[in-house]
Amino acid sequence: MSVTTEPILRIRNLDVTFATARGPLHAVRDVSIDIPNGKAIGIVGESGSGKTVLSRAVMGLLPSGTTRRTGTVEFAGTDLSTASAEELRTHLGTGMAMIFQDPMTALNPVRRVGVQVAEGLRIRLGMDKEAARLRAADLLRLVRIPDPLETLRKFPYQLSGGMRQRVMIAMAIACSPKLLFADEPTTALDVTVQAQILQLLGELRRDLGMSMVLITHDLGVVAGHTDEVIVMYAGEVVERARTSVLFANMKMPYTKALLTSIPTVDMPTGRRLPVIEGRLPDPVNRPAGCAFAERCAFATDKCRTEHPPLVTEGDHSWRCWHPLGGN
Amino acid sequence: MAGSGTAHLRDGEDVVLAVRDLVVRFKAAGGRFVHAVSNVSIDVKKGETVAIVGESGCGKTSLGKAIMQVPPPTSGSVTFAGRDLTAMGSEELRRARTAIQMIFQDPISSLDPRMTIKRIVEEPLAIWNRGNEAERAARVDALLDGVGLDAALVRDRRPYEFSGGQCQRISIARALALEPQLIICDEPVSALDVSIQAQILNLLQDLKERYGLTMIFISHDLAVVKAVSNRIVVMYLGKVCEVGTPDVLYSRPAHHYTRALVRSVPVPDPTRAARTAVLQGEPPSPLAPPSGCRFRTRCEAATERCMSEEPQLREVTPGQFVACHHPVTG
Repeated sequence: MSVTTEPILRIRNLDVTFATARGPLHAVRDVSIDIPNGKAIGIVGESGSGKTVLSRAVMGLLPSGTTRRTGTVEFAGTDLSTASAEELRTHLGTGMAMIFQDPMTALNPVRRVGVQVAEGLRIRLGMDKEAARLRAADLLRLVRIPDPLETLRKFPYQLSGGMRQRVMIAMAIACSPKLLFADEPTTALDVTVQAQILQLLGELRRDLGMSMVLITHDLGVVAGHTDEVIVMYAGEVVERARTSVLFANMKMPYTKALLTSIPTVDMPTGRRLPVIEGRLPDPVNRPAGCAFAERCAFATDKCRTEHPPLVTEGDHSWRCWHPLGGN
Repeated sequence: MAGSGTAHLRDGEDVVLAVRDLVVRFKAAGGRFVHAVSNVSIDVKKGETVAIVGESGCGKTSLGKAIMQVPPPTSGSVTFAGRDLTAMGSEELRRARTAIQMIFQDPISSLDPRMTIKRIVEEPLAIWNRGNEAERAARVDALLDGVGLDAALVRDRRPYEFSGGQCQRISIARALALEPQLIICDEPVSALDVSIQAQILNLLQDLKERYGLTMIFISHDLAVVKAVSNRIVVMYLGKVCEVGTPDVLYSRPAHHYTRALVRSVPVPDPTRAARTAVLQGEPPSPLAPPSGCRFRTRCEAATERCMSEEPQLREVTPGQFVACHHPVTG
């Protein structure tokens, strides 16, 4: 028995182009994604794959002057793509919130933690100073910061990287958002702290009933912490499946290459690591066919000339002329 | 864990770098001290890669910098190629240090944004008057080719035009310019995408073989060091906990902290991936490290003895040394 619920976020044909000195830079190309209610979705790709631009386009955080955005973004039934900046603001924090890779630069270095955590509570929820302070302490407790009252009085530089990221998470969940974007939330952290933060995000998501989009370059991070994975390459969705399905049956040679390039503790020592040779194509001057063809061991002439469409079978989609394991 | 001791040290002429009883302490407010590195002894043999692994604040970067004498350690000795760097005058040290080079975590901020790539790579040669201008230019091109960059395309551009992985290649080319014997890599791939990490790790391996380099590889990620190191030193809060070869440390870690580090590495397989963190909390403050074993406050096996008596490094299996009263068994 399955219950069908409306996705919390529905993205249709989203296209983002930046004007640059060298010409238009097509950062996100015709992306259509549903983020189901209450689920954790991983978006995986290398630097330049468009994963961060995608999330910022949804949140309306891209510079308006140099950006051209088409397509629709529907959040909880509201079309955000036609919303004014003011309307959009009403959804930020309370509807959607975001945490970033580098918690040091995302926090204001000259204001105390308490002021920063309480800011959203006072502005969005209209709390008075004392109520906001107490709620801020609750939030710090919720993200498992020891001594929350003492931490409220500290400045960001007095906290470790892991603690700063916990503060960022506390700020993000302050106004009970329905959807949390976590953009490389653990990339700047130690592996031990990374494990703690991922565990915390998973627990908060379940306890608070949030949906989460976990953006990362590391397939190892999404393996244990997401329900579904979207792989992006050169601005496009190239593979999408339930996490268990994706890892058991990768269709895109690119996804497989991303997986095998991860250093693991099981691999033999002194051996060369498998690498993905080459780099992402120039986003201003894209090749005609498959964007990955130049780096792909299976590429044929067709791959270099014809752009592959996104093929869907059941709930697994891929964009490849020669998928692994056949069509 | 986190003990002292010398059981893991090796004798022999092929030891290029011998660090003995190294202490790095920084003054803090209120007359207190940050105990960054406390009585650490390590040695590195010629042609070997020794990895130093631990969380932020374990002293691994302070150790690397103290070896370079930037700044010099509070006490202890650093013997490189038979000479004690801590006993040298500044000019002698400056000369000796050309044989030791460092590569840093953030490749973009460690390159001067105003310089062309040619000038960045050439600078060490120019400072030391190596060759004339034409010879230096040829050497720069050879170095860039050696790290997998097309010198003709690269040499006249500036750092902002390159990706993180390419900037790290440029940093490596610069570090190699003076033909060092020892390279200290401080988290050289932590800021890079996984796909690029593998490229840089392979490059470092190739260069090590080609130039007969000796390396110290500092990282918080045990998976990253596995492929490149011959010996691993695990540090916690300024002390050495465990020393061994990668295969042994990963398959049967003897220290509870090493085991936690191994288990913290994300497994790219949803059927085996851990959902809960193995190590909770953060290391205690290096201003007031715990008595006895410094890891005891986070260790599941800690007893009263761990509080009162500091464990010393001892050999538990051939080549594996651990500073723990109650090592992991089985």
